[in-house]
Parts: sequence; C-alpha cells; structure tokens
Amino acid sequence: MTEMPVIHGMGSAVKRKEDVRFIQGRGTYVDDISLPGMVYLDFVRSPYAHARIRSINTEKAKGAPGVVAVITGKDLQPLGLDWIPTLSGDKMMVLPTEKVVFQMQEVVGVVAESRYAAADAVKLVEVDYEPLPVVIDPKKALEEGSPIVREDKRTNHVFHWEAGDREATDRLFEQADVVVGQDMYYQRIHVSYMEPCGCVAYYDSVKGTLTIWMTTQAPHVVRTVASLITKIPENKIRIISPDIGGGFGGKVYVYPGYIVAAVASIATGRPVKWVNDRSDDHPSTAFARDFHMRAELAARKDGTLLAFRVKAVSDHGAFFGDANPSKFPFGLFSICTGSYDLKAAFVEVDGAYTNKPQGGIAYRCSFRVTEAVYAIERLVDIMAHKLGVDPAELRLKNFIPPERFPYRSVMGWVYDSGNYAGALKKAMEKIGYEELRREQEEKRKRGELMGIGISSFTEIVGAGPSHTFDILGIKMFDSAEIRIHPTGKVIARFGTRSQGQGHETTYAQIIAEELGIPIEDITVEEGDTDTAPYGLGTYASRSTPTAGAAAAVASRKIREKAKKIAAHLLEAREEDVVWERGRFYVKGAPAKYKTIQDVAFAAYTNPPPGMEAGLEAVHYYDPPNMTFPFGSYICVVDVDRGTGEVKVRRFVAVDDCGNIINPLIVDGQIHGGLTMGFGTAFMEEISYDQDGNVYGANFMDYTIPTAVETPKWETDKTVTPSPHHPLGAKGVGESATVGSPAAFVNAVVDALWPLGVTHIDMPLYPWKIRRLLEEKGYALDK
Amino acid sequence: MFVIPDRFSYTVAHSVEEAVELLHTLEDSKVLAGGQSLIPFMKLGYASPKSLVDINPIPNLDYLDDSGESLKIGALTRISRLCGSELVAKDYPLIHDAALQIADPLVRNLGTFGGNVCHADMGNDLPAVCLAMNAEMVASGSSGQRVLAAEDFFVDRFTTLLAPDELLTEVRIPKNRRGCGGAYLKLERRVGDYAIVGVAAQLEVDDDGVCRSAGIGLTSASTKPIKASEAESWLVGKSISDEVLDKASTLAMNASNPLSDIRGPAEYKKAMVKVLTHRALNLAYKRARGGLS
Amino acid sequence: MTALIYPADAKVRLELTVNGERRVGEAEPRMLLVHFIREVLGLTGTHVGCDTSNCGACTVVLNGRAVKSCTVFAVQANGGSLLTVEGLARKGRLHPIQEGFWEKHGLQCGYCTPGMMMAAYDLLQKNPDPTEEEIRRAISGNLCRCTGYVKIVEAIQYAAQKLRSDPSWRSGGD
Repeated sequence: MTEMPVIHGMGSAVKRKEDVRFIQGRGTYVDDISLPGMVYLDFVRSPYAHARIRSINTEKAKGAPGVVAVITGKDLQPLGLDWIPTLSGDKMMVLPTEKVVFQMQEVVGVVAESRYAAADAVKLVEVDYEPLPVVIDPKKALEEGSPIVREDKRTNHVFHWEAGDREATDRLFEQADVVVGQDMYYQRIHVSYMEPCGCVAYYDSVKGTLTIWMTTQAPHVVRTVASLITKIPENKIRIISPDIGGGFGGKVYVYPGYIVAAVASIATGRPVKWVNDRSDDHPSTAFARDFHMRAELAARKDGTLLAFRVKAVSDHGAFFGDANPSKFPFGLFSICTGSYDLKAAFVEVDGAYTNKPQGGIAYRCSFRVTEAVYAIERLVDIMAHKLGVDPAELRLKNFIPPERFPYRSVMGWVYDSGNYAGALKKAMEKIGYEELRREQEEKRKRGELMGIGISSFTEIVGAGPSHTFDILGIKMFDSAEIRIHPTGKVIARFGTRSQGQGHETTYAQIIAEELGIPIEDITVEEGDTDTAPYGLGTYASRSTPTAGAAAAVASRKIREKAKKIAAHLLEAREEDVVWERGRFYVKGAPAKYKTIQDVAFAAYTNPPPGMEAGLEAVHYYDPPNMTFPFGSYICVVDVDRGTGEVKVRRFVAVDDCGNIINPLIVDGQIHGGLTMGFGTAFMEEISYDQDGNVYGANFMDYTIPTAVETPKWETDKTVTPSPHHPLGAKGVGESATVGSPAAFVNAVVDALWPLGVTHIDMPLYPWKIRRLLEEKGYALDK
Repeated sequence: MFVIPDRFSYTVAHSVEEAVELLHTLEDSKVLAGGQSLIPFMKLGYASPKSLVDINPIPNLDYLDDSGESLKIGALTRISRLCGSELVAKDYPLIHDAALQIADPLVRNLGTFGGNVCHADMGNDLPAVCLAMNAEMVASGSSGQRVLAAEDFFVDRFTTLLAPDELLTEVRIPKNRRGCGGAYLKLERRVGDYAIVGVAAQLEVDDDGVCRSAGIGLTSASTKPIKASEAESWLVGKSISDEVLDKASTLAMNASNPLSDIRGPAEYKKAMVKVLTHRALNLAYKRARGGLS
Repeated sequence: MTALIYPADAKVRLELTVNGERRVGEAEPRMLLVHFIREVLGLTGTHVGCDTSNCGACTVVLNGRAVKSCTVFAVQANGGSLLTVEGLARKGRLHPIQEGFWEKHGLQCGYCTPGMMMAAYDLLQKNPDPTEEEIRRAISGNLCRCTGYVKIVEAIQYAAQKLRSDPSWRSGGD
C-alpha cells in the first residue's frame, strides 16, 4: 500500500490553523472593521443606580461638531424597541424612558463622525435625574417593603425554583449522625474577555438588508430574535460573528449597543460602529455568579454521605437575562450531588431583581455548574474535617463507582460515564499527596500554615437533548454542513462560534478522522448566518458534544454515499468494499483501491447511474444526553501569618473529557480555566455600596491575574469516553473554571482549620485571612 | 463614554530653559515626561491641562552619575534604566527593589524617576524611597535653580513644592558606603497594581551591627508619602535585633494613617506597615552586613 | 520663544518610520498613538483592551522600547520609529516569536497576542536567555484571559532558543 498522507485526525497535537492570521495581526475583530461612511456610537450612561429621568436635553449634543444623530428611549418607543425580550423570557430596557435601574446603564446614544467627536458630544447631553431608593442586597430585595426595581413587576421576586425531593432529603437529614452546614457567598465577577463588546451595524436601504458584525457567541439566535423584534424579515438580516477576542458567556447576551447601532444605521443610512471602552463594558455588561447560599450535607458517622440540600438567593440585577435553557431558570445547578452517590437531595433558589446590571450569565460555568460544584465540594471538605477523615479518603469512599454508569442521580441526570477514583488517585500520585500530608503535620507543629485542597467535580455539558432543552423555544441541537469539492478539498460550516477554542482546527480534525482528508484541505467556517447552518452557538462547553458530533455524523453520511461511488469505480459490490481512513478497497484485494479524492472527483464527473451528483451532507445533531466530563484537582497553599497572603505552591489538575480531539487545545482550555478560577478565588470581585455605586469597574480596580501570580499549572488526563457521543468525546472548555475555585478555598480553609476556621468567602483577599488570623490569635507582626 | 483626554495644546521643549519658559508662559500647562501617570489621569478626566510641554527630547537629563559626593539621577532617567543598572543593583538596593516593583516592564520603559516623584500620588513608589534616603531634589524655575530636601518636597497628594513653572532636573542620593543597606517591600493585590502599602528602608550600621542612621519611607500609608522620623531616630545607636526591629516597626506603624479603599481596609494597611517595616529593615540590615564597595 | 506650539484642534503632520517604511499621517495632539496606528496607519493588529493602561494589548515597540501605545500620544512619536506586529515577519518569513506562539499553542482568541509578542520582542532583545521567572515578569504588563500563560511562556522559550541559534534575526530591528 502506498503511503497515506498525514491527516492530523483525532488525538493529534497539531498546531492550529487559525493562528496564521492571529500571529500576524491579521485577525478581523469587530473594531477592525471599517466601512465607507462609517460613524461611531457612544453612550451617555447613568451615574445613578436607581433614578427617575425627569428630562433629557440633547440640543447641545446635536449641535456639537461631527454629531450625526442622538437617540433616546423616546425615539425607540414608537419602534417598539425601547424594551426587548431577554433569553430568559423576561424583558430588558434598551434605552430608558421613565427611569434608570443600574449605575452605568445606557441612557442616550450619540452618533458622530469619529469616536472622539462622539465622546465629546456625550458630555454635552444633559440628563436631569431624580434619585430613587436603591436596592442592592438581594435578600432585602425579597423582603416586604423593599423598593421595587421594575415598574412592570409587583415585587423583586424573579422566580422560585426547586429540584429534588424535599421530604426524602429532610428525612435523611433527621436520621443522619452528622450534619454540616455553611453559609457561602459566591461573589459577583466579570468574564473580562480581552476584547470588549461591540458591533458594526449596517442597514442597506436599497436592498432592505440589515448586516451586523457583532461580538456574539450565538449569531443565529440573535438573527431570529432580531427579526422578531424589528420585523425585518429573517432572510434580510445577516449576523456575522467575526474573530472574537474571548467570549466566556459574556457575549451571548444581547446588549443595548447592538440595537441602538442598528436603529442608528437605519436612521442615518450609514454603517454605525459601537465598541465599548473597558470602563463602559465592565460595569454594564452581564455579570456572573452573585449567589448567596446555605448548603448542608448529611452523613453517617462511618463517613457515608447521605443527602444534600441547598437554599439560595440569586441576584439577577435589573433584568433576568441568563442564557439558561428555558426549563432551568437556575441552570443545571441540580448537578450539585456531584461525583457522589447521594441518596437524596433538594435545592430551592429564589431569584431577585436588584439595582445592578443583569447578572448570573454563564461565565464559563456551564449554566450554574460552578455554583453547584462549589457548594458540594466545599461541604464535602467541611464534612471530612468535621469527621476527622482525610478529604481524599472521604471522597474515594463516596464516589459513584465505575460499574454504576450510566448513573441516574437522585436529581434525574443520567451521567454517561465516569471514573472518579481513577482521576483522584492519579492526581494524588502526581502531587505526592501522602508526602504532603506528612509535611503539613510537621509544619503545623512549627506554627506554619500549609493547606491542601481537593475538588473532585462532575460537569454536565453539551446542551442539550430536545426533550429537555430549549432557549426561547428553540431546541438546542447543533449543526454541521460539509461539502467536498471535485478536487477533494472540503468546506465545512457550523452553527457554533469559537471565540478562541480552536474550532477551525478541531472540527477539521474530526472531519479528517472520519474522511481521511488532511486538515490542510479542510476549511472550517462559523459565524456568518447567511452561510452557516442554524445552531445555538458556543457556550457552556457544548460545541464538541453537539456540533462536533454533527460533524462526525455528517461525515459518515458522506462516507455512505462515497462507498457507493467507490463500489461503482472499483466495479465491486458495495458489501465487498472496505473503508480504511482515506480510501476504499476491495475486500481481499487491498491493492485495488480508490482514495476519497478519487471518489470526490467521480461524484461530479462519473457518479453511478441514477445517483445525484455532489458529495456533501448536513446534519442537525440532537444529543441523546448531556456529557459529563469530570476531574480531580489538588491545590497546595502556604499562608503568610504576617500579611495573610496565600501562595499557591502547587496545583495538579487531572481532567477527563473522554476522547480528546487535540491535546494541545485541551491543555490550553484547562490552563485558562484554572487561571480564571484562581482569579475568582483570590482577587476578582465586583461590589456595590449602599447607593449602588459599583467598585471594580475597570481593569485598574478589578484585578485579573498576570503571568507572575498565576501558578504553573500541572495537568494530566484520564480518558473515559462518552458512550453516546459519536466520537466518545465530551466538552471541556469550562471544567477548570467550574472545578478549581473549590480546590483553592478548600486548601486555604484546610490550612486554617486547626484555628477553628470552617469557611472564608471568596475572594480570599490577604486582609480577610489576616483578620481571621488576628481573631484566632495567630497573626504575626513580622 | 469613551475614555479619551480633553483637548490640549502641545509643544516640545529642547532644553531646560525652554521648558521653564514654556511652563511659565502657557496657561495651565503640565510637564509631559514618561506620561505613564499623567496620560491615564487625563484619560480618566482627573487632569485636564490646557497645554502639555513635552520634555522628552531634552538632552542630558537621563543619567546615573556616582562620580561625586552623591548618586545623581537625572530626572528623565527611565525606570527601566534603574532596573538594569548594575551600579544601582549593587550599591543602592533600595532603589533597585523599588524600581523593579513599579507598575510593569512596559510602563517602566517610559516612566521616569522625575515623573514618579513629581506626580506624588500616595501610590507612587519613589517618593518613599527619596524620603528614606534623605534625597535632595534639584529644580529649575524662572527664579533659577534650587535644591529641596525630600522631607519638605512632598506636600500632599499630587502636590509637591514645585512651582507650576518649575522643572525637576535631578535627584541626589547620599552616597552609599560600606555598612549601608536598603530594601523596598511592596504589598500589592497583584503585580502592576498600586501598593496596598509599601515600605522603603535604608540602614547604615557599623561593624558591630549598631545602627548609625536609618531611613524609613512609607507608600500608600496616608494621602502623601510618610517619613517615619520617630522610628528613624529611635533606631540610631541601637544594636539591631528582632526586638529592636519590632519596636521600630511599631513606631513606623504609628506614623501612618492609611485610608480604606478598594485595596484594603485601613486597619489592615496599618498592620501591614508594621509587618513590612520589620521585614524591610531586616532585609536592609542583612544587606548592610553583606557589605558594599 | 522659538518652540512650536500646536493648538488643541491642530492637525499635526506626523512623519515616522513604521515597520521599516516611511509613513505620514495627521493627528490632533490628544490622539492616542494606538488610535493613530489603527485608524490613520490602518494597522489593526495592535489592539485596545482597556482604558487604564493595564492590559498591554496595545503594546508596540517605539524607538526601540516596548510601550503601551494607549499611554502615548501620537504626536510624541513624530520623527521616531515604530515596530508593530505587522512588522515582525520579514519577507514572508515568520519571526521566531511568531513561530513560537504558533508551535506552542501560545494563543487562543488571539486578542492579547500581538501585544504579548511585542513585549516578548523587547525581552529577548535585552535578555536572550531568560529564565521562566524572567519571562513571566517581562509579560506582567500583558494580560491574557484565555491561556493561563503556561503556553505563552513555552512559546517565548522556543523563540529565545531559535533566536540564539539563528543569527540572521539579530541584525536590523525596528
């Protein structure tokens, strides 16, 4: 047999195809787009968290040099665009007509010939506000007599959601030998993508088409919703998601800027660019987490975990806009029984409106799985310490064993596959767990604070099966359309949209694997709604589980047809033709073969009689289940008794995302997620004072990790394929953000446990640690 | 709300005299040196000068000269030059430490010694260093040249003794001899941030480890940099030990009155003045004993 | 007084060498260098990621030094020489730094990458054989949200080794 070309299929650590343009500064991000006659949109933003608008005077701004248009809520009202629906079935203001509901909310749009002219003119708009009482604390927001954030609602109560079996859970709690409980606050943070949100909107009045280049992770859904709200026919709207500088869930939301830019383009006839400055973006775009919970875990005294319950209040800001599947207002939080064989569980969550921007979006959290994993992994650690049992031992004792998979949790999720003990043991070996515990013993005697924290998480990704999942009614399939040209080259388009996850390479690798065509010959495109098949976009680690699967299935459809053509070319019966990645040969006579390229050419020049020409397929994949990646993370910390600073000495992450498409890319996702978890645990927070003033509103005040603080992550893998995914693959993009915060906090609390500390809320600022040390008489003054 | 500066007129000075004249004649004018403190301020709207006088082209203001009685540092000396100087690393470890901890390497490429001290934010690191080292600040204005003691130079937040038409041209550091050592410790939320608190410690000890002189400057411990004079004078004549450092650092802490802000509560910052002063003095002492040329 | 004073609304004519070529453009005094690069020179490889001089996405090499171009006025670059990401490759040959980022998966979304590479360029000019710690310090003014920095460090180590062994990249410069 002649040499087969290197195709870089599944498992290849091939370098990425998309990098060629990025390393030469030739990416096309929204702000790189320039169209003839383009003007710039900037916003007047509210200094108040809650205020009635008495008047808006735009005369000076309208007369300022270079100003082309000024748009207020009153201008949007007759178009029915002052309010638009959110992805959660609520509605949100685009521009206010009556009052503002969070600090830095967009109030007036100013369009000018240059961005500097727009910024100057913004300062000339006069808005007269009448401040109103502010509600910041979501628990207070739910109390009788609280100021009401939304005039279209009677209370600040957004939803009440329950999952699990309250009676069974309560019964087990009553019977339990040991119960531990903890109040925990998961602080509000921001995704902090390096590229702020923005768009270029162009309404061509001659063609009647609206084109928007937009920082969006879900272009098709945006197009459909845009069509419904603007009444522009869907075939006349084109959403293009160009290169995106990081999404992490923050670019799923539809922001007022997109709508106002579109309206401005319709009004002026010119392309309109809107790009947030960081100081605009950070305090006004969707936040993550902001979740107050009480979690409790019940066990027998022999360490068998029995039941888990959580009661929580979730802060949604002024608009409920989470991109959660519609049946799950609190996302997939009910995965909170985690990696353990719990016998009962119950969660109840109440959502509240407050005078803050929309919160709770999926920041690399797989729809609230970060919160769920944090809850269970903290409580398991607290239980271990309470029982005096090693936290690794307690976990190993209670893990769902491999033979129980597929495993139905008491919350109704069917975990596809898992090997939790395998991952934890690997992590323990890699970090030298026993040795570290001995070292900790020694150090404790000398008064040195060292901690070891574990997080053994189970994730749930790949939304999602049509029987359970939809967003605004649209089912959560995803799609691949693959076409092979006569010369054997491929164009493949998808309904997802990478913002750095490497789809141009990974999808090509899948197709390469299935069709035996080298990845250099495969072009992957995403993001243009005019050409890409309909999809729900990329977030919540869903791309590989859905669109990746679609790529495999579509490829196999192609292979079926290809086989028929090959049989025709080989003059053999179809059942005698064998496929071997890249070629078809006759059973028993391997020298008699046709390559896939031969077949492609024949599809256009010499198809079998009666067969339609061409060689392509499209598939909309409805996943039969979610996929459940998992892992074990172990963190070692040393705490400075003088300053309260925590140094992460080591961090080992063992992840299992099933079969791996590209190990380099998986590593990159883990490193990035761990760094986000590290930032979350130690230094990131958006907070508000009682007047609703926001703190942490730019990159000076809000600190994300640099290369100096970020620990050197040590990663490893186990591979437990998904039985239902065509490639045995699971998602992985969010595993590390989901799993790591608990590991960090567990480590620090482990260090301080002997002093009587059971919990510290993130971020673990040095001053919080120092305060605890002072309280416990363990602080040093040198 | 784009973050861009208000308009200003722009001019370039090619000599100190020209710069002084321009500052004198142009209404509401400010010096543009490295710009790494000024430009961010202008973008955020905290400063809106009507004119900027760019002094970067002025020759002979970027130097490290220890040939005479003191180490003379030209006001336009870039922070990165301080970081890379073997002389500074070996003989003036306090300056070396501080320089390395100012912002990040990109800011250090443009930021200047003069700019860092004249901006006089409580979060700037070099003012505390100047206080600890009893530096002299040399300025040129329309009334000629004058030399100011660092101790008097820092008046309040963003305010120095410099007149609006005066240009800082040089900072003079007393020559470090054998028995001198210094250290700068900075607590920060993460690299590149302003200090939560910072401590500049300079010690001179004799061969028996007895303190001959001490300098302690505090960053972010009040609205302006603090010279912990009581702690400094108390240390003179004392034999350096853990107890002595404990007392000295307590005195330094008492001299501070930090504000609560996004970087931490006031009580924490105050406690950290003590912790960092102890550690910085300890390190300065080790270096002093380690010997200098 | 002989100094030329540009009024606030002046369109100052700027002449500078950009990636080895002579370029001319206009800017008002307050125009930030990053906007001049992107909008007047049309080089969009240099990015804007923040407005408080923290993120480093706008890093370029100006007169031989890596600087944050959002914290420099365009007028300050008059008569100077500028190297942006577009100038790293020579005659179609990728610079070892670019190669390193590609080989080692040192980028994901690519937004911080040009700035990161220019900071690496600055480091490797001054320090051809940096330790890991030195590399992390050198890029501490460049924020990345995607990669967690591990592979960026590997990319720069790759580039350092390549540059040490291939003298043809040493000559010339900005």
